[in-house]
Amino acid sequence: MTAHDETLDCKGLQCPMPVIKTKLKMDTMEAGKVLRMITSDPGSCKDIPAWAERVGHTLISTENTDEGFVFLLQRGD
Amino acid sequence: MVEEKPKKKMALIASQGTLDWAYPPFILASTAAAMDMEVKIFFTFYGLPLLKKKLKAKVTPTGNPAMPMKMPFGPKFFQNINWPIPAAVSGNMPGFDTVATSLMKKTFKKKGVATIEELRDMCVLLGVDLIACQMTMDVFGFEKEEFIDGVNLGGAAAFLDFAADADIQLFI
Repeated sequence: MTAHDETLDCKGLQCPMPVIKTKLKMDTMEAGKVLRMITSDPGSCKDIPAWAERVGHTLISTENTDEGFVFLLQRGD
Repeated sequence: MVEEKPKKKMALIASQGTLDWAYPPFILASTAAAMDMEVKIFFTFYGLPLLKKKLKAKVTPTGNPAMPMKMPFGPKFFQNINWPIPAAVSGNMPGFDTVATSLMKKTFKKKGVATIEELRDMCVLLGVDLIACQMTMDVFGFEKEEFIDGVNLGGAAAFLDFAADADIQLFI
């Protein structure tokens, strides 16, 4: 598992809650810190990259695992 | 250091107060706010009750022929049945809308869709400006005290002034 500072479980949630919960979580983190977010929502595969680019966070990786879709996001400035 | 970009703006008009039509404005507004956009929703006509402290939004299959009529319980084959209920039946049976509303809420909850109340709370938390149409309030007899805290009042010019400089404008 890649290194990360915080985790967020959004499994079972539908659009737009994974994006909104991720935003609220990232707001509490310092710049440069990495969040591991997991979700069961396939729509997040499009939504999370779009959101991250818009607000200036870096999407390090996206992975489709047995647990769900896993995103590693690094907080921008 | 990233250069500060001017905030994108979104202006919405929410004109419908049924459970199904309550979703798009609150989903888009909360998401846009999460994307660092400045958002205002102007609630007018039947959209106005969406600002009330106690939400009673319902859905009606009558007049919505494309609405799937499916059960949120039972075996998969049963859940997949789209019940062919004629409008003449659904429109005349007392309590049908209440049942349809309850079934839709159950389906949404089961599928992990947030409630309107939750999405509205998110909008407030993320700083979405909720504006009640003053004229509709006067016409239908709404008082500001009936609405959730933080609702602002406004008219057509106030909305258009914001919408004129907005990047996204939608009438819902």
